[in-house]
Amino acid sequence: MSEQEGLLAPTPAQTVGPYFAVGLTPKGTDNPLGIAVGNEIEGQGEAIELSGWVFDGGGAIVEDALIEIAQADGGGRFDDPGFLGFARSDNAILPDKRYFFRTVKPGPVTPGQAPYISVIVHMRGLLRQAHTRIYFSDEMASNIADPVYTQLPDERRDSLIALRSTELGSVRYRFDIHMQGERETLFFNL
Amino acid sequence: MNEMAEQAQDGTVYSEAEDQAHQPPYQFAAYRSSLQRGPSQALIHLPSLYDGFEYGQAVEGQAHLGARFRCRDKERDLIRNGSHGGPPIGERIVVSGRVLDANGAPVVGALVEIWQANASGRYLHKVDQHDAPLDPNFLGAGRCISDRDGGYRFYTIKPGAYPWQNHANAWRPQHIHFSVLGNSLGQRLVTQMYFPGDPLLALDPIFGAVPRAAAARLISSFDLGITEPEFALGYRFDIVLAGTRATPAEEDAES
Repeated sequence: MSEQEGLLAPTPAQTVGPYFAVGLTPKGTDNPLGIAVGNEIEGQGEAIELSGWVFDGGGAIVEDALIEIAQADGGGRFDDPGFLGFARSDNAILPDKRYFFRTVKPGPVTPGQAPYISVIVHMRGLLRQAHTRIYFSDEMASNIADPVYTQLPDERRDSLIALRSTELGSVRYRFDIHMQGERETLFFNL
Repeated sequence: MNEMAEQAQDGTVYSEAEDQAHQPPYQFAAYRSSLQRGPSQALIHLPSLYDGFEYGQAVEGQAHLGARFRCRDKERDLIRNGSHGGPPIGERIVVSGRVLDANGAPVVGALVEIWQANASGRYLHKVDQHDAPLDPNFLGAGRCISDRDGGYRFYTIKPGAYPWQNHANAWRPQHIHFSVLGNSLGQRLVTQMYFPGDPLLALDPIFGAVPRAAAARLISSFDLGITEPEFALGYRFDIVLAGTRATPAEEDAES
């Protein structure tokens, strides 16, 4: 992937800033634009709720993050004209400043691999987006056999596990994101 | 940036040098909030954890998100999409350009979303308490889908500069926020477009965090061809997303 002759240089990233909700996650009925991308993914598979807090290096809850997810449906299909596996949530969506998604639990995109949700984090103070992944606490047997997960450093890969619970009949996963510190989430570049 | 380079010594695959030449670092001292929010550990290069074929199957490696979104034509006209009976205050402008991949090929069907302050430097957002007037006829948000040439075109008002709390007498240069989603997650870009000749650019730590040569690509250019007679000045802002149209799997098959 070294720089090749003739390739155009990419446009640099800049922070999403504190006011992204104006364009990306507007609320209220008086906004005639509405939204292009919501916080729900509809498709085949087990219905789940996904939420969590984002923490900064000082341990404070980040109140102005934008979280985007991309995933396959329950059958492991991401590339399907009838399924749009992309959603976004800010973390002002719940009163306690968690982000929140209503989606389906993905299946593995390739047989023998663990299921995961790809995550993009944006916020004021983040000069460029950060990519991470969610793996599932009830799939540990698959996780430790997964060719990607097993290559991640032992002491950091736990940061990618979302914890499953069942409350009031709903299947919920909690996935907190730590930007820095002892529990810093493992981030990728693509 | 130096910190990331130093951490790339222990055998794990990290971000490439050219990436750092084109992009801002996660932590940049002059931009205060980056110090507590930018990751401190080195990134792990996800495609390197796959052999080439499998990455094309990964959610991050698949390239089919383009053309999945729809916009109404009026959504790209910020002069009218927030109007409550009158026009917004300010200088009308046209902002247009092409969304391209690294090969220079058009990215068709990209979702292009923008948001910005009004002509007085105020956002329609509850957190923005700058003592400048809101404009009842300006929403400050729009979106469109790139066409078959990768082209997009917005009509809007030139945004005002505004103060922020990063340091004493800090002012953001005039800018328009851009969010672009191309065919894949590798073609996800959030950035800001600036205006030529703005004296605040030299003082801005967000713009200044980008290596100098790369930062020039964030400045739009005045373009008489985009300018509409008797109506509005035109600014060109072309956007290059990482990657190419072919998925990694397809590239491997060809090589």
